[in-house]
Amino acid sequence: MMAKNHRLHAETPGPKKLPMAITDLANPSRFLTVVRPILPWLTAAAALMLALGLSQVFAAPDDYQQGATVKIMFLHVPSAWLGMFCWALMSVAALGTLVWRHPLADVAGKAAAPIGAAFTLLCLITGALWGRPMWGTYWVWDARLTSVLILFLLYLGVIALWRTVEDPSRAARAAAILTLVGAVNLPIIKFSVDWWNTLHQPASVFRLAGPAIHPAILTPLIVVAISFMLLFVTLHLAAMRNEILRRRVRTLQLMQAERAAE
Amino acid sequence: MNLGPHAAFIVTAYAAAAVVIGALIAWVLLDHRAQLRKLANLDARGVSRRSDRATPASP
Repeated sequence: MMAKNHRLHAETPGPKKLPMAITDLANPSRFLTVVRPILPWLTAAAALMLALGLSQVFAAPDDYQQGATVKIMFLHVPSAWLGMFCWALMSVAALGTLVWRHPLADVAGKAAAPIGAAFTLLCLITGALWGRPMWGTYWVWDARLTSVLILFLLYLGVIALWRTVEDPSRAARAAAILTLVGAVNLPIIKFSVDWWNTLHQPASVFRLAGPAIHPAILTPLIVVAISFMLLFVTLHLAAMRNEILRRRVRTLQLMQAERAAE
Repeated sequence: MNLGPHAAFIVTAYAAAAVVIGALIAWVLLDHRAQLRKLANLDARGVSRRSDRATPASP
């Protein structure tokens, strides 16, 4: 299997050159050495920020129209942002896999997919729980909700591809292509509320005219969003570390099998 | 704190977040433990990388 992989690489054109600093980090052992001391600090920072964010959330005033249900927004919006950010990150990693054959690019893409899927699922669940009291329904097939559901299904597709294709380098290329195709969905999600008549409200934070939310509610939202981002980075680096170890296990198992066959 | 007439929806949303994020953290921790255990088993059977044999550092 390993020899087959090497042949595949030999038959295809070589990777384009990357700047030296990035190629240095491409070494999985170097990556593990860098990540090991960082992870505890990131974990502590994420936990502290989340605690601060939650304390601000429960001290924040109710919305004049939505009442206390606005508290669901503090989970829903950061989850939606992370679900989209994670796919954007996977798209960059997909380019790294297809163009530069960066050794850590497919590791980054594979490790990110379950995390992005989880945050997108959380966005859908909290959206439904917010929609029922505010809209009178858990779900409606409007453009924003449907495009986010498609994002979630795309995540499941990428995870399924990784699980069904046994050869990691083939799985990486297939997942990278699906990821880049799926990236078309990101602007559709973002602008769906402008392009079509949707039940979902238009953007209220990232707008040309500035945020439409009162600072008393915007500040806790930003703090929770930062804590979610820190949590995402922590989980992603830890999942990448696990994936590198999984590949070491696979290589050693293949070596063991080859020895046994000799 | 008064969560109003829709308290059940708010509490369910926060419980769902706790379950999803908790599951993610558990997945990462258990996966790490499983990979380390597999590497240790392989090492115990004498299967290790050349670089590991040259420098006896843990993965």
